[in-house]
Amino acid sequence: MISTLTRMPAWARWALYAALGVFLLTLVQTISDTERLTQVATAREMLRFAVPIFLAGLGGLFSERAGVVNIGLEGMLILGMWFGAWGSINYGAWWGLAIGIGGGMIGGLLHAIATVTFQVDHIISGVAINILAPAITRYLSEEIWESPTTSPRTSAVGDWDVPFLAGGTIFGWESPDWLLTISQWEIWYLSDVAQLSRGLLRGTSWVAIIALALVPITAFVIWRTRFGLRLRICGEKPSAGEAQGINIIRYKYIAVIMSGGLAGLGGAFISTELSGLFQGGNSAGRGFIGLAALIFGNWRPGGVLLGALLFGYVFGLDLRDLDGTASHAMLLVNAIAFTAVGIWAFTRKNRTDTILAAVLGFGALFWWIVADTVPSWWSNTLPYVVVLLVLVFFAQRLRMPVSLGQPYRKGET
Amino acid sequence: MRKISISLAAPVGAFLLTLVVSTIALMAFGSSPTEAYADMLSHASKLETQVDILNRATPFYLSAVAAAIGFRMNLFNIGVEGQYLMGFLFAAQVGGLVSLPQALHILVIMLTAMMVSSLYAGLAGILKTTRGVNEVISTIMLNAIAIGGLIAWLQQKWQGDLGENFSSTSLGTKPIDESGLLPTINGLLELVTREVGQGKELTGMFLVAILVGIAYYVLLNRTRFGFDLRASGINPFAARAGGVPPKRMVLAAMMLSGAVAGLIGMTELADTGKFPPDPIQGLGFQGIAVALLGRNNPGGMAFAALLFAFLDVSSGVLDSTGAASREIAVIMQGIVLLTAVVAYGVANRFRERDEAREAAEVLAAEREVVPA
Repeated sequence: MISTLTRMPAWARWALYAALGVFLLTLVQTISDTERLTQVATAREMLRFAVPIFLAGLGGLFSERAGVVNIGLEGMLILGMWFGAWGSINYGAWWGLAIGIGGGMIGGLLHAIATVTFQVDHIISGVAINILAPAITRYLSEEIWESPTTSPRTSAVGDWDVPFLAGGTIFGWESPDWLLTISQWEIWYLSDVAQLSRGLLRGTSWVAIIALALVPITAFVIWRTRFGLRLRICGEKPSAGEAQGINIIRYKYIAVIMSGGLAGLGGAFISTELSGLFQGGNSAGRGFIGLAALIFGNWRPGGVLLGALLFGYVFGLDLRDLDGTASHAMLLVNAIAFTAVGIWAFTRKNRTDTILAAVLGFGALFWWIVADTVPSWWSNTLPYVVVLLVLVFFAQRLRMPVSLGQPYRKGET
Repeated sequence: MRKISISLAAPVGAFLLTLVVSTIALMAFGSSPTEAYADMLSHASKLETQVDILNRATPFYLSAVAAAIGFRMNLFNIGVEGQYLMGFLFAAQVGGLVSLPQALHILVIMLTAMMVSSLYAGLAGILKTTRGVNEVISTIMLNAIAIGGLIAWLQQKWQGDLGENFSSTSLGTKPIDESGLLPTINGLLELVTREVGQGKELTGMFLVAILVGIAYYVLLNRTRFGFDLRASGINPFAARAGGVPPKRMVLAAMMLSGAVAGLIGMTELADTGKFPPDPIQGLGFQGIAVALLGRNNPGGMAFAALLFAFLDVSSGVLDSTGAASREIAVIMQGIVLLTAVVAYGVANRFRERDEAREAAEVLAAEREVVPA
């Protein structure tokens, strides 16, 4: 069965995973008293939360594929937030994005200078950038907007409805909204799929569309181009690349600066789209979560998107789940997921993992049975718990770039 | 001589570069750098400000020692932030529930804080040793779980009695009896200075921090454990071959780091007597900065903690004199950190090159003496 899966084209495999995921949600929703798991708004919020996480994670992907650990993503995201807001206020929304990217790239450049040229430990340099970036934005905000933490309102680049599927307009003609029609049929599962898809396709921010387009683009660049191959050599075995005459240092610089630019775009999205202004602390650790999504996604673009959507789903659901019933239903989803992990571990004859998964699964199930709602602190925590558990079960199976985090000096092997 | 000048050049160079950059930043927005620096220095020359600086430096230093214990064996405990807040909350709750004679009460509170923080840090250690989960990621996640989850939950659960006339001051855990609060040490300070005015009080944790610094020095440089720890940091494979159990060392270093982290919140606890609804946050990350700036060295970190505290506290005066924005202090902290980190890297390279040359010279000399 596994071999059939790996032989499928990537898009079909991902579609199958998505269909299975929605099926699980629908199933859980049928036996619990919430409808929020598959609502249009849930999907929309999921995407809005996922975009900055994904962009930060994708930034991390470029940097780490080139062998540079980037925990400074959070700082670069914050720089992107500030410069994005500043650009948006002064020159309009699209310029805001561009300037936000530029701000993130400055952070990336600093990280590259420290780690690549001066061989500072990557984590240390990242921590320094995470401390420096909020300091810079505080100072600039105070001087320019006369408040260390808040900017005036920003403008966003706008959004787009997909024609036919989600009722977008073509040259002023309003096309039919097929997914809405299907949702209104209220057919089990089919209408749920329609609702979630409609949430992704209607009122979609241009930044989100760019972000989604970056998945196949990045996959192509990383796996199918000369640039990508050289980038990966920097992270796997730089001395081998050097022997081929590749300028390792140059590629590392490019990768880390690109990394900052992507995180900066994510930051600009937060300040222009999510909150509509720059506000200190609004990054809410999304750079770190992006890093987690990167690891969750095993350093692959599609995996990073999956991780980001997963986090986005939990955060987005929590935002609208004031009475805690939807988060309660998520406990059942967790229980089922643990069961799946347990069975997987059992077939591999891994006794500790099987027992661990079973205990966690029963715990989740038990909580689901005895409680009617879950407190909001639990839904705030769930994404981080998921990352930890994924690492607990799969850390040994993840494959990170071999020379990740190791200093490189020209002419040394 | 050259060795000393190289190791001195790094921090001095970083400091000068920071001055240059912050001067540019000040001038860029039309503030007068000389006026701003003069205001900060004259403010800091007052005894009352100096007490504030010491009070601020105390948690910085404790946090730096906590981070440094990990750093010395290449273990990045980014989770000091979550650990100290967990310890702080539990200690406040336990301290509020019991009433004991003074010394015992304080001891119980501090041990609770150290134990809880240590256990929370140990979680990351266990994940690393049993499952190979990188401690950077796990501690970042554990920070988020602690702050957004566990603490938010327990804060509600352990809210003290709000009383008849509810006000925002009654928010927080049940206040600790007088016997549980670490006394201030103005008396000690006034032995060497004049009387401290404006109701400023030097925290008793200042002495604890000094003791922790000494203990850190002794532990690392004078004990078997400290040697093992440093050996594991420099070369884990060699250490392992030398009989140092790597997993046990990771767990021990992590838990020790957490135990020291538990003391960070005690400065605030001695002041407020409870876990307030909005405790001071970010000390964990500041501590990492201080540890990096002080090169994990007990004296260096003390200097760095004082520098950070000086910048934080003395810049407060800029609000009233209007010479510049007080946020210039955080910029200086950030830049001095980044430049120092780079400067240490450069100095290291010089040192390595010198050592390589010396070794080559010695080898060459030997070859001449002993003809083949």
